[in-house]
Amino acid sequence: MSTETAVSVTAAPSKAIEFLKRPLVVALILIVALLALGEALSPGFASAEQILRLLVVASVMGIVAAGQNLVIIGGREGIDLSVGGIVSLAAILAGNVMNGAESGILPAVLVAVSVGALFGLFNGLGITLLRIPPLVMTLGMLGVLQGLLVVIRNGIPSGRAAPALSQFVTQPLLFGLPGIIWLWIAIGLFMAFLLKRTVFGYRIYAIGSNEQAAFMAGVPVKTIRVGLFVLSGVFAALAGVCLLGYSGSSFSNVGEQYMLPSIIAVVLGGTPLAGGKGGYTGTMAGAVLLVILQSILTTVHIDESGRQMVFGATLLVLMLFYGRGRAMRG
Amino acid sequence: MQQIISTPAMNTSPLKSVLQRFPFVPALIILIALVALNGFFQPRSLSFGSITGLFSTYLALMLLAVAQTYVVFSGDIDLSVGSIVSLVNVVIIVLMEKWGGGGLTVIAACLVGILTGLACGVANGIMIAGLRLQAIVATFATSIFFTGLALYVLPVAGTPAPEAYWMTYGGTYFGIPFVFYVVAAVAIVLGVLARMRLTTQMLAVGDDAMAAFQTGLPVTLIRIKGYVLCGLFSALAALCITGDTASGDPLVGGKMTLYSVAAVVLGGSALSGGAGTVTGSLIGALIIGLINSLVFFVGTPSEWQNLVQGLAILTALMAGILVSRGARA
Repeated sequence: MSTETAVSVTAAPSKAIEFLKRPLVVALILIVALLALGEALSPGFASAEQILRLLVVASVMGIVAAGQNLVIIGGREGIDLSVGGIVSLAAILAGNVMNGAESGILPAVLVAVSVGALFGLFNGLGITLLRIPPLVMTLGMLGVLQGLLVVIRNGIPSGRAAPALSQFVTQPLLFGLPGIIWLWIAIGLFMAFLLKRTVFGYRIYAIGSNEQAAFMAGVPVKTIRVGLFVLSGVFAALAGVCLLGYSGSSFSNVGEQYMLPSIIAVVLGGTPLAGGKGGYTGTMAGAVLLVILQSILTTVHIDESGRQMVFGATLLVLMLFYGRGRAMRG
Repeated sequence: MQQIISTPAMNTSPLKSVLQRFPFVPALIILIALVALNGFFQPRSLSFGSITGLFSTYLALMLLAVAQTYVVFSGDIDLSVGSIVSLVNVVIIVLMEKWGGGGLTVIAACLVGILTGLACGVANGIMIAGLRLQAIVATFATSIFFTGLALYVLPVAGTPAPEAYWMTYGGTYFGIPFVFYVVAAVAIVLGVLARMRLTTQMLAVGDDAMAAFQTGLPVTLIRIKGYVLCGLFSALAALCITGDTASGDPLVGGKMTLYSVAAVVLGGSALSGGAGTVTGSLIGALIIGLINSLVFFVGTPSEWQNLVQGLAILTALMAGILVSRGARA
């Protein structure tokens, strides 16, 4: 939808209001408010260890959302629906390669990440060389991945996580924080550096806001877009390995629950699905926000039905805060 | 295929003009090939009984593909169609049980079910066109809400449909199975809709919303109408799936959402909006159904069936897009 011609007629709002309307700020305020609400509903909700547990869950979601975020910023209706399948596949493969042995962790990570990268590569090639819309390509790939999961589950037993991996995910590693949170912080720094300080990062925004102009300016549009999907596959695979560490063993379709929520985290973080804008810091806040919301809903004693209705309605209300399209004025 | 791919250079080739007018022709070719393959591997699959079975199983997906098409026309998408199917399914099951399951109550329950679907469509339309939320994430959020409602209406799967309902759906009248009456009725409704101004308006909005707005079209209202139609056909899909499964299940439609999107794309409609046909989506849904039965007839080991299906659907999606782009470019 072209909105270039729409002219904004509102007067420049004051700086304070502008600041308060920034997605990251909104998300942070909401996080604090939700923590307070949780504490009020069930004392101990906002205790340090409880918050750490929430952050561990959020980091898996956040790592999946990192790849999703890159693909979305890259524009051309960029979206990756196959991440859920890659998370599951990575978890099951890594579980089988390490099968409880510490020495198997490194090979397992390598296998999982390579497979994730490979599927990302397939996605990227289909999207760039054959010019299949990302939604269609990754949707089709999701079907293939789900089929592959059925085959694999029939062939091999579900593997186990090595104790060291579980410790890395669930036990404090440094300054009281589990390793996975450090990993997430590292990914956050990596993403910030990638997006704001590298040529590759600038080019992602360039192809996201105007692919044609970027192409004219000599940006290797196709190579970059393939790279984005490969990165998305890699991040999803990493999240799959972490999830294996979190649950101890890989079970069926664990990744499915990350497919659309990873997109929601990106949107709540202030990256519009139209691409060319946004960043990862907001997405991290978005992931935390989603996880806290889900956690509050499991804390209060309501039925599954009520929980889902409140969750859906809250997501809609949150989206009203930001991520709305521009009105059409003649 | 080769002929089609090699023609884009010639602007006036007759093949291309046919493809432009009937964008579902590639899908139709795939469909015919699949029917032939099915007949080759399992001659009985071409019998009247088998075809009736195919329709009664996949009529729900066909209707859901139609539902999805009307939002895709105007450049939107609806990821909540599956949850609308679930919601309508449990609503009519619970009502029919409560009201006794007689002939009239079945009809009354179906009407309430259709109203439920319409209400879901209105809600989606207001969220996306009215409040300008992004369609993919907003309909995902509404799908969570609708699923919650469905779980509230019927927490666990299992309540059976009254005999009057599924006996009618599976029955035969004047020598013709009931599903074909439904197919005929739907075909007439779709034919009328295709000739209505609304279809052209939805396509115009999908092609270029700004241009449509500047020509004076009520863009927001047209997009809302698309979602309402989507809700209506999702409800009809739910009535069919209830006839097929004869029971209530608050999660029955969940898996169908993505298939409905795939069917629309297989049918040659552009997900970006502005180009497409409902006929194509119907063919797309049948293609998915026939791929599933073909994979079975070829004798694929059961654990490999999903993978082969996935690969076949991905291949068909890619081929369909390449061919229809050749026609449009």
